[in-house]
Amino acid sequence: MNLDFSDDQKFLQSEAKKFLEKEESVKKSRKVLESEESFDNDLWKKIIKLGWTGIRIPEEYEGLGLGHLELCVIAEELGRHLAPVPFSSSVYLFTEAIIKYASEELKKEILPKLVTGEVVGTIAVTEDFLAPTNNNIKTEVSNELISGTKIAVPDCEAATHSIIVCKSSKGLDLRLVDLSSKEVSINQVENIDGSRGHYSIEMKQAQSSLIGDEGNGWILYESIINQAAVLFSFEQIGGSQAALDMAVNYANERYAFGKPIGSYQGIKHKLADMYVALTLAKSNSYYAAWALSSESSDLPVAAATARVSATKAYELCSKENIQTHGGNGFTWEYDCHLFYKRSKLLSLNIGSLANWKEKLISNLERSNLN
Amino acid sequence: MDFKDTPEQAKFRKTCREWLEKNAKLKTGVEKNEFANIDFLQVAKDWQKKKYDAGWAMLHWPKEFGGIGASAIERIIWAEEESKFNVPKGIFEIGLGMAGPVMMEYATDEQKARYLPAMAEGKEIWCQLFSEPSAGSDVAGLRSKAVKDGDNWIINGQKVWTSGAHFSDYGILVVRHDPNLEKHKGMTFFFLDMKSPGIEVKPIKQITGGSSFNEVYFTDVVIPDSQRLGEVGDGWKVAITTLMNERLAVGDANGADVEDAFRWAKKQDDSGEPLINNKSVRSSIADWYCEANGLKNTKLRTMSALSRGETPGPEASITKIVSANKLQNIGAFGMDSLDMAGMLKTDDPEIQSFQNAWLGAPGLRIAGGTDEILKNIIAERVLGLPQDARADKGMPYKDIPSGNS
Repeated sequence: MNLDFSDDQKFLQSEAKKFLEKEESVKKSRKVLESEESFDNDLWKKIIKLGWTGIRIPEEYEGLGLGHLELCVIAEELGRHLAPVPFSSSVYLFTEAIIKYASEELKKEILPKLVTGEVVGTIAVTEDFLAPTNNNIKTEVSNELISGTKIAVPDCEAATHSIIVCKSSKGLDLRLVDLSSKEVSINQVENIDGSRGHYSIEMKQAQSSLIGDEGNGWILYESIINQAAVLFSFEQIGGSQAALDMAVNYANERYAFGKPIGSYQGIKHKLADMYVALTLAKSNSYYAAWALSSESSDLPVAAATARVSATKAYELCSKENIQTHGGNGFTWEYDCHLFYKRSKLLSLNIGSLANWKEKLISNLERSNLN
Repeated sequence: MDFKDTPEQAKFRKTCREWLEKNAKLKTGVEKNEFANIDFLQVAKDWQKKKYDAGWAMLHWPKEFGGIGASAIERIIWAEEESKFNVPKGIFEIGLGMAGPVMMEYATDEQKARYLPAMAEGKEIWCQLFSEPSAGSDVAGLRSKAVKDGDNWIINGQKVWTSGAHFSDYGILVVRHDPNLEKHKGMTFFFLDMKSPGIEVKPIKQITGGSSFNEVYFTDVVIPDSQRLGEVGDGWKVAITTLMNERLAVGDANGADVEDAFRWAKKQDDSGEPLINNKSVRSSIADWYCEANGLKNTKLRTMSALSRGETPGPEASITKIVSANKLQNIGAFGMDSLDMAGMLKTDDPEIQSFQNAWLGAPGLRIAGGTDEILKNIIAERVLGLPQDARADKGMPYKDIPSGNS
C-alpha cells in the first residue's frame, strides 16, 4: 500500500518549490497581469532549461523520459506559485497529445523541439460562447487545408503550434497547425486573468497535418483532457494550498476587537472548510495520479473525481481567502485576486465544473458503479 | 505508487479473511436487519467471544490481555476485512476504544490483568461517563462532585449521553473534586462498577425513536480510591487521552452512501424518467462520489504512512465532518425522491436505509465532537490558529457563569 510520491519525486517537488520561490513567481505573475504580455518569457526560458517541458518526452526524442508522477509534483508547484507560463497548454495538453497520437515522423520533428522550447504548443477547440461538443464544431478541413475561427485559445503568445479540433469528411479530426503560417491570424482577446493569455485563431486554408486517426478526433480529445485533468488538479491543489496558507497567515496577524481574527469561530470554521475541501481534492488527485501513471482503466472516473474536487477546492479557497482579508482582499494591491482569477482560469480551461460532473456521472454509468 | 499489500500484509489479510469466512457471512449489499427481534446483546457478546478466542478481539493489544500484538497496519487490514462481513456492531466500541486505552495507561498491573481481558472478551461491557447536562462541547465545565471520605470518594451528580449505560458493567468517570480550582485543574478520573448502590440509569428517547443513550444519576455513590486513574487533579489530562481516542473511533458514518443513491436514482422513476437523468440529481451524486472517494483515498494516504512505519498527517481529521453530512444529504435525497410518500414508514429496506440515514445523521454530527468543535480542532491544531478567547480563563470553577444557577 503506497498512495504517496516517492522520495525522489518529493525531492524534485522541493527543488521546484525552491526554484519558483527564488524566481518570485507570484510577483512575476502580477507583472504579467499589469503588462501587455501574457506570459513571463524569462521564467519560461528558465523552466525549459531545467528540462521540465521534456519531463515526459522519451529519451530517444531528447527528453528526460520520466513519468506522469514527476509531472504531477511539478504541476502542484506551478499552481502554488501561479507561474505565468504556458506550461499547462504546451505540456499537459499539446506534448501529451503528440506523444500519444502523432505519427513517428511528426514525433521526430516536434518532440525534440518541445524539449528545447523551439516549439511551444496549445490546443484550440472552442468556437462560440458555449461549451464545445462533438456537435458544434464548425472549423473544417478539406485536402489538409483548415478554415475556421477558434476563440478562447490559451497561451498563443508563446505558442508556435496548435492542435485544432476540426470537422472532416469522416467526422472530427485533430490536426496540427503551424501558427506562424500566413494563412493563420492570431489576436489576443482581453480576459479575466491577465497573467495568462487567451487568443482567437483565424484560419483561411491553413496547411495542417493529421494527428491520430481520421474521424476519431473527439475521442482522442476526450482522452487528452482526461489525462490533462489530473495535471490540472495538481495545479489546482497547489493554488488552493497557497490561498489557504495566505488566509491562515492573515487570520493570525490581523487583529479586531483586541485579538487575532483567526481566534473567532466565524473565521476558524471558514478556514477549516477550506482545509476539508483541499484534503478531499488532494487525496482524490493522488489516486488519479496513480491511475494516470499506471494506465488504469479507472482513469476516466479517477480523473473526473480529482478534477471536480480540485476545482471546488480552489474556487472555495480562493474566494474565502478574499473574504478573510476583508476590504484588503478586494484591492488590486493584495495578491488574493491573483489566486481568485487563476482558479477560474484553471477551472474553465479544460471545461467547467458542470461539464466534469457530467463526465464523472456518465463514466460511472458506463462502468456501472453498482 | 501502488495498492499492493507487502507479502507479509497479504499473508495477514488472507489469515483474517479465512477466519472471517469460516465464522461470519459476507455482506450482500442491501442488508436486512438480521439481528432484529433477537437478543442483540447476546449475539454481540457471542461474536466478541469468538473473536477473542481467536485473538481478533483487540488484536493490537499485548498477548497477556488477549491480543496478538498486531501493528497499526494489521489492525487496519483486519478492520477492512471485518467490515465486509455482516457482524453485530455498536456494543463494545466505546469500552474497547476509550476505556481500554485509559486503563492500559493508568491502571495498576493487577487491575489490568483483572479487567482488560474480560473487556476484550465481551464478558464485561464498559461505558464512558463524561458529558453532563451543562457540559457538552465544553466537557471541562462538568460539575458532578467527588468528595474524599477516608479511602473512598463519594460521588453526587448527573451524567448524560452515556451510550450503553443500561447494559454496562463498568464505567470510566470524570468528576470535580475541587470547585475552588480553575476548571481544568479541579477534576479527577475514576473507574467504577455500574452496579454500585446509588446509580440510577434512565434511557433518553432519541429523534429516531430508539434509545441508545442514557442519563445516569449518582446519589452518594462510593468509589474506592484504588479505582482512581491518574493523580488527584489530573482528570482533564486523563480525559483528553480518551477524547482523542473517541475522535479517532467515531469516524466514518455507517449507512446509505453514494452507491445506494446511485442505484436508487437509476431505478426510481419520476414521471416516466429515471431520476438519474435529472441534472440536479447527477450533480449531487457527483458531489457525494467525490466526498466518499476523497475519504477513501485519504484513508489510503494514512495507511501508506502507517505502512512505512511513519506517523500519519492530520488528514484523517476531516472524516466525521464529511461523512456525517454526506449521510444526512443522501438520506434526504432518498426521501425527497419519493415525494409525499417519502414520509411513510415501509418494509422496503432501501427506503428504510434513506430514512434511517436522515434520522440518524443529526446524532452523528454531534456525537464525539460536534461539527463545530471538530472545525475548531482543525483550525487550532492543524492550521495553527489561536484559541478562541475563553471568558472563564483563570477563574475558579465556582465563579464561572453557567446560565442556569
